Amino acid sequence: MDYFAKRIIPCLDVDNGRVVKGINFVGLRDAGDPVEVASRYNEEGADEITFLDIGASHEGRGTIVDIVKQVAREVFIPLTVGGGIRELNDIYALLNVGCDKVSINSAAIKRPAFIEEGAKRFGSQCMVVAIDAKRVGESKWHIFTHGGRNDTGIDAVNWAKEAYDRGAGELLVTSMDADGTKAGFDNELNAAISMAVGIPLIASGGAGTMEHIRDAFAIGHADAALAASIFHFKEIEINDLKEYLRKENIPVRSK
Amino acid sequence: MIGIVNYNIGNLASVINAFTKLGINAQIQSDPEKIGQYDKLLLPGVGAFGDAMEHLKSNGMDKAILEFANSGKPLLGICLGMQLLFECSEEFGSHKGLGLIDGTVVKFDEAKFDHPLKVPHMGWNEMFVQRDTPIFDELPKDFYLYFVHSYHVVCDDKYAIGKTHYGYEFVSAVQFENIYGIQPHPEKSHDNGLKILTNFAKL
Repeated sequence: MDYFAKRIIPCLDVDNGRVVKGINFVGLRDAGDPVEVASRYNEEGADEITFLDIGASHEGRGTIVDIVKQVAREVFIPLTVGGGIRELNDIYALLNVGCDKVSINSAAIKRPAFIEEGAKRFGSQCMVVAIDAKRVGESKWHIFTHGGRNDTGIDAVNWAKEAYDRGAGELLVTSMDADGTKAGFDNELNAAISMAVGIPLIASGGAGTMEHIRDAFAIGHADAALAASIFHFKEIEINDLKEYLRKENIPVRSK
Repeated sequence: MIGIVNYNIGNLASVINAFTKLGINAQIQSDPEKIGQYDKLLLPGVGAFGDAMEHLKSNGMDKAILEFANSGKPLLGICLGMQLLFECSEEFGSHKGLGLIDGTVVKFDEAKFDHPLKVPHMGWNEMFVQRDTPIFDELPKDFYLYFVHSYHVVCDDKYAIGKTHYGYEFVSAVQFENIYGIQPHPEKSHDNGLKILTNFAKL
């Protein structure tokens, strides 16, 4: 019997200290307040919360640190921050206020040794490497940057293996083809990467229904599923999703 | 007042945040001479066993912890802090631990897994309570907590107050008289974890 839970992770986009993209929760006093939104997800059974700092200008670094500091005083589940993390000092500042993991993307592509440096200093468990992949042929994906416009020419599965070898603790894999479509995850991509590495894979991009999330686990070999709008707009409630997954024999955390 | 041992191996923000949220007095302490003043002692920890022991020994913190444990006051080790309570670890060569409880620390043996799993064991898994213990008061017989580790304790069942299944069954919580250890992170385990910290404060 397997009790080890598949994780459900809502992702909050934050800019300049506020949660952006409308959050459609009934009874929230302030849908832009990161503490209030994170607390609500925590109560609903989210297994972790990821903050994506979409402003991420260098001057704005202080704001995300402050957000995490406030959230970590109220919410006692793992917290991850992504967006604009370029230096060890950025990571240190976040971990120091109660953040558990950071997600790095372009900084790792630009300088892969950054993964090793972070893992050596802070431990692999807090180094998540984010991979934005787009299909370029039959069972072939490249890493894209700039919101999917720029093809780096790097093979996604090879890059995943390299990130793993360099000490990444988890991979956050976003399909640029599926992202925003609500037509399901790219399970072939996720399975190809998950089978190639010895660390957990967080599937992202394409969640539209509860069946999609089940398939991310059952077909895509994902260890966790991350989504934003379906949770924010209450298209799927985390409690209902977990109830459904349990019936589908996928182990999830109960309270 | 609970003392939280600070030995420069990781941030303690989440532990102190949890006690603050619960309204429990706790203080981070890096001076071994001041350890004796607390009613209870918490030994946190992330990172490598050998490094941690070196840090503890560098200023006599190891002796201060042993003295505290021998005084009969409650001591709780979390994650690596639990592993440090044991005699030795095979992590990156063999290292001696505090030796407060008989047993060793070994890496997850993937060859023995009943199905393929990734190591580290990272995520939410169930704690199966083995016997009555005040630290699990008012918690169900099994409940979810958050784990992050590649090594686990091997010890006599008489110390095991909790077990978890990951590839195989391993000891995930221990008690020997006034000494407690828990492998998962209560400070990151939502209500169940906060309950454990509350129970510790009440000991």
